Amino acid sequence: MHFFYHAGRYFTLLAKVFSKPERHKIYIKRLFSEIDALGVNTVGLVVVISIFMGGIITLQVAYNMQNPFLPSYLIGLGNRDTLILEFSSTILGLILAGKIGSNITSEIGSMRVTEQIDSLEIMGVNSASYLILPKIVAVVFIFPFLYIVSVFFGLIGGMLVGPGVGAITAAEYLNGVQYLFNPHYVSFSLVKTFVFGFLVSSIPAYFGYFVEGGAFEVGAASTKAVVTTNILILIWDLILTQLIM
Amino acid sequence: MIRVENLIKSFEGKTVLKGITTEFQKGQTNLIIGRSGSGKTVLLKSIVGLHEVDQGSIYYDDRDFTRMKMKERKLLRQEMGMVFQGGALFDSLTVEENVRFPMDMFTNQTAKEKETRVAYCLDRVNIKQEAFQLSPAEISGGMQKRVAIARAIVLNPKYLFCDEPNSGLDPETSLVIDSLIHDLTVDLNMTTIINTHDMNSVMEIGDKILFISEGEMGWIGNKSEILYAENKKLEEFVFANRQYKEMRDARIGKES
Ligand SMILES: Nc1ncnc2c1ncn2[C@@H]1O[C@H](COP(=O)(O)OP(=O)(O)OP(=O)(O)O)[C@@H](O)[C@H]1O
Ligand SMILES: [Mg+2]
Repeated sequence: MHFFYHAGRYFTLLAKVFSKPERHKIYIKRLFSEIDALGVNTVGLVVVISIFMGGIITLQVAYNMQNPFLPSYLIGLGNRDTLILEFSSTILGLILAGKIGSNITSEIGSMRVTEQIDSLEIMGVNSASYLILPKIVAVVFIFPFLYIVSVFFGLIGGMLVGPGVGAITAAEYLNGVQYLFNPHYVSFSLVKTFVFGFLVSSIPAYFGYFVEGGAFEVGAASTKAVVTTNILILIWDLILTQLIM
Repeated sequence: MIRVENLIKSFEGKTVLKGITTEFQKGQTNLIIGRSGSGKTVLLKSIVGLHEVDQGSIYYDDRDFTRMKMKERKLLRQEMGMVFQGGALFDSLTVEENVRFPMDMFTNQTAKEKETRVAYCLDRVNIKQEAFQLSPAEISGGMQKRVAIARAIVLNPKYLFCDEPNSGLDPETSLVIDSLIHDLTVDLNMTTIINTHDMNSVMEIGDKILFISEGEMGWIGNKSEILYAENKKLEEFVFANRQYKEMRDARIGKES
C-alpha cells in the first residue's frame, strides 16, 4: 500500500516533469547551470575517489595472487574489469546518490517548505518541470562522462600505486590493462550509468518535492532519498546484469 | 471581483473550511481575519487553487475557476499575484531577477522594457537601486516582503493575494506594507484579498472584512463596523487587545 502510494505519486510527478517546457531559452539556461552545479563540481570528488580505489583494488588483487603460477597480467586486468564493470558505474552511483541526491532533495525540499514552489505554481509555472527536468537531464548527461573519468583515473591510480609499492612493474600492469579487453563491458556499463543517473536525480527530486513541514523534515527527506536511491541502484544493477550481461 | 460559494475543504477527515460564501470586491482591500488555525491560509490557498476544494465554487469575475481545465487555470494564474507569509523569494536569484522572473516566463518584452518595468515596480515598493543585485538572504524581512509585493504586481495582476503580509514585522513597517498594498490596490484597481490577524491592519485597511472562526463564517463587515459588531467570537478576537475596547467605549461615549 505504502509502496504503491509512493510509486503512483512518483510517476504522476514524472508525467508533470516531462511535459513540454514553457520557455526553451530559460530551460537551456537552467540546464547549463545544473550541469555546472551538479556535474562539474563533482569531477574533483570522482577523480580523487577513483585514484584511491584504483590503487587499492590493484594492491588487493596483487596481494591475493602471490602465486608464481598465476600470470601477472591478471593484476592490471583485475583492476580494469572491476572499474569498468562495477566500481565506476555502481559504486560511483552510490557515492553520487549521497552527494548529488542529498543536494537535490534539500534544495527542492527547502523550496517547498518556504513556499517557493507554491510561488511558481501561482504564477502559472509548471514547478515540477521547471525545477526537476533540468536536474534529471543534467545528471543523466554527465553520469556517463563521470564514468569515463572514473575508469581513467582508477587505472591511473593502479599505475601509481602498484609499481609504486613494488607489487608489480609498470610494464606488467599496462600489459594487464590491455589484455583481453572486452568493449561490451563498457557499453553495458554505460547503459547502467543512464539508468543510475535517472535514479540519482529523479528519486531525490521526488522526496524533496513532497516534503511537508520545515527544516527538520527536509533533513529527514534527504536521508530517506539517499537510502531509497541506493537500494534502487542495487536492484537495478541486479536486473540489468541479468538482462544484458 | 471574486466570489466563493459554499467552499468546503477537509484534510484526512478533518473539515477545515465548513462552507464559506462571500464576495471580494475590486479596488478594495478585502481582509480575512481570524485566530491562528481558523483556516485563513487554507481558504486563501483554496481560492487560488493551491488546495483543491472538496465542494463549492470559485468565480473570478464570473469565470468558474473550480471547473476550469489545467490549461485555462494556468492562463488565469497570470492574472494573479501572491505574496506568501515568508516572502517566498527565489533564493538562487537576485532581487532584480526575482521581480523580472514572471516577465521572463510569460512575456516577450525586450531586455530594456523589462528593466524599466522592474525598476518601476521596485521603486513603487521603495527598494533602492543599491539592493537590486543583492540576494534575498542579504536583505531584511521587511524588504523581502516588499520585493515579494513588487514581484506579485510586475505583470499588472487583476487579483492580489497576501498571506499575513505583516507577520514578523514591527508595527511601523507593518503600517508601511499595509498602506502600500492598499494604494496599489486602488491605483491598479485590483481585487485584493489579505489574510491577517493583526488588528492594526484591520483598522487601517479593512475595506471589507470576513471573520472566520474554526472554518465557519463568523461575521462580514468593514473597519467602521467591526468595533460595534455583536458577535461573541469576533468580540473575543477584536478585544483581545484592550486598546480596541477602550477605543470603542470612547467612541460610544462621544456619541451619547
Ligand atoms: N496540508 C494540510 N494538511 C492537514 N491539515 C492542514 C493542512 N493545512 C492546514 N491544515 C489544518 O487546517 C487548520 C487551519 O490551518 P490554517 O493554516 O489555514 O490556519 P490559519 O488561520 O492560516 O492560521 P495562522 O494564523 O496561524 O496562519 C489547522 O488546524 C491545520 O492544522
Ligand atoms: Mg496562515
